[in-house]
Amino acid sequence: MKKNLITSATAVLVLTVLLGVAYPLVMTGIAQVAFPTRASGDTRLIAKDTKGNPRYFAPRPSQTGYNPNATFFSNRGPNQASAEFFYRDQLRDYLKLNGPYTPGLTAARVPNDAVETSGSGVDPHISTANALIQANRVAAVRKLPLARVKTLIGENTDGRSLGVLGEPGVNTTTLNQALDR
Amino acid sequence: MQGWFQIILFCLVFTACVPFLGGYMARVFTGERVFLSPVIGPLERLLYRVLRVDTNASQGWKSYAGSLLIFSGVFWLFLYLVLRTQTLHPFNHQDFHSAPWDVTFNTVSSFITNTNWQYYGGETTMSFFSQMAGLAVQNFVSAAVGIVVAIALIRAIANRRQGATGLGNFWQDLTRALFYILLPISIAGTVVLVSQGVVQDLGNWGPVASQEIIKELGTNGGGFFNVNSAFPFENGSGLSNFVEMLAIIVIPASLTYTYGRMVGSRRQGWTIFGAMFALFAVSVVVVYLAEMHGTAAQHAAGVTGANLEGKEVRFGTAGSALWSAVTTVTSCGAVNAAFESLTAVGGLVPMANLAYGESVFGGVGTGLYTMLLYVLLAVFIGGLMVGRTPEYLGKKIEAREIKLVVLGLLVTPLTVLIAAALATGTKYGAPSVFASGPQGFSESLYAYLSQANNNGSAFAGYTGFYQPNPGNLGSHGITFATLLGGLSMMLARFTPIVFTLAVAGALLKKRVSPAGLGTMRTDTPTFGGLLIGTVVLIGALTFFPAILLGPAVQGLTSHLF
Repeated sequence: MKKNLITSATAVLVLTVLLGVAYPLVMTGIAQVAFPTRASGDTRLIAKDTKGNPRYFAPRPSQTGYNPNATFFSNRGPNQASAEFFYRDQLRDYLKLNGPYTPGLTAARVPNDAVETSGSGVDPHISTANALIQANRVAAVRKLPLARVKTLIGENTDGRSLGVLGEPGVNTTTLNQALDR
Repeated sequence: MQGWFQIILFCLVFTACVPFLGGYMARVFTGERVFLSPVIGPLERLLYRVLRVDTNASQGWKSYAGSLLIFSGVFWLFLYLVLRTQTLHPFNHQDFHSAPWDVTFNTVSSFITNTNWQYYGGETTMSFFSQMAGLAVQNFVSAAVGIVVAIALIRAIANRRQGATGLGNFWQDLTRALFYILLPISIAGTVVLVSQGVVQDLGNWGPVASQEIIKELGTNGGGFFNVNSAFPFENGSGLSNFVEMLAIIVIPASLTYTYGRMVGSRRQGWTIFGAMFALFAVSVVVVYLAEMHGTAAQHAAGVTGANLEGKEVRFGTAGSALWSAVTTVTSCGAVNAAFESLTAVGGLVPMANLAYGESVFGGVGTGLYTMLLYVLLAVFIGGLMVGRTPEYLGKKIEAREIKLVVLGLLVTPLTVLIAAALATGTKYGAPSVFASGPQGFSESLYAYLSQANNNGSAFAGYTGFYQPNPGNLGSHGITFATLLGGLSMMLARFTPIVFTLAVAGALLKKRVSPAGLGTMRTDTPTFGGLLIGTVVLIGALTFFPAILLGPAVQGLTSHLF
């Protein structure tokens, strides 16, 4: 018992120093040298709120107001009545913003990523279908040729990792930066 | 199609890792030389000298369990101390205060037991020092504790020597699990994750990548950020998603091979792997098919397409569905999508996986030892059916072993049902529940399923903590939920460990009789089927009525509540 207690106490301290201090600090050093931008937080991976401004591509709806410093899930359940109202509001807003520039746009043609909130609240990506609908609006409001906007969408589409893993998505953060350039 | 391809690719890759990592772990725990020995050997020997451990002293089951419990107890006190003194911490640039005592009780119990249930949100309550020197250390240590219990049980089953009294040395096993297995993989994994956008700094975001990798590898699951691996800085790309899922499942899967190698019959290991894989495959297919469709609320609003609520575009439906199955068959509990927002049938899958008692791959170590208890039970049932004395690998399974096995397997479901009944049947559980109707019941049931099974994933509407401001000022816990959860985790972690080690102690000394014509084979697909049947029957029968009231009700109706 006593011997176990002494060994335990020593082990707690030694393991905390090795695994809790030395390991993370060494890894921080390596990461900062090898990948300085990514290790400090690559802002291109975080969605920015466009506040409904028609000049920009809107990212997916966010439960957190696009705040990366205090994240939480929407906890919107599959059979919640409040969820239905939320989706109806989202559909209405999307149609109001994009309908005038995309004739024939109906609720049935609105991509699901445009009305359902992301997990992180700061998902920067939208589907290509969503981006192509918004392109009509952005091109008209900015008085840019649609082809130019579509080219920018192509340039700011992140493909699957290694060509196979994950899903492709249009990065609204980098796309909006490119539009302003 | 692309989604199915990714799921199949994932299964192929992790299965291909099994013989390599499994063989490596077997060599580590039998004391053979491995390629890392020249580097880690000196550190290991130094550590034994500092700890004053005599590695030649093999411990009997009571001594082994004693060391494990005392070590965990001391670490519990230390972690409580760390988390309660946040105002004194270095690396606390946001000047966070400590959480209330009851929330800390829950958090400490959660990390000591490899559960990582979180009533707190990491980025708004925890100093970087708490995260790395408190919580992340437990991600290593609690995982290693799980592994050593499995190893001790394997040694007992494998032992062919008359008069053996020891299961091995706890301190030696612990050290080897930490420094030969968990740490080297974590170091390599951290670099890969940082390259995919997972942050690792001490200024703005915190040492995330170094914690992220061990959180997955040790099947812990406690996120640095509140939304866990959905956050881009915890999981930034399709590749990081793949690597993290691989890290979650690779050790539990490989331990089956370690087992086969250590008992001298790889077929025994592959049979267990096959049974686990079959149950895993079913859950992946069901959850992926379910998530391809929208929810009742989405249909009612006129939204078309798959259910993307609470999911990230870069992982897609396949990457989120696969993750949801991987993290709940193992006892990881990290999430990359919101479980509460899964479709009704999709949400049923994590619950069913928890109901198996974390034996389908399961936690690191815990999965294998739980499955081995099921194996002994299946052997016993099979033996009764053919009318022979049940035997496993030449060792007779008698009354004492079966009593211990059943006790070990029943503690967790009993804890779940009693805790969930208290939470839903009394008024004290109500403040924790977010949703109304069956979803609210699902939240309560899932909370205690997850905590007692040491998983840690959540239908996140269920809360035990009110936190009006970042940094814990003015925050308070819901004492009922935090204490009930904390006690469930401790009880359902350490009681089965003690029973498992007791089973090991009993099996160690059994005389080995040679296999005869009447011996039931335990390395065939038939036995695999019997094993699956045992797991499903016990899991399903125990929880079927409860699960009917939650996700099953919602899956059968388009009614909104």
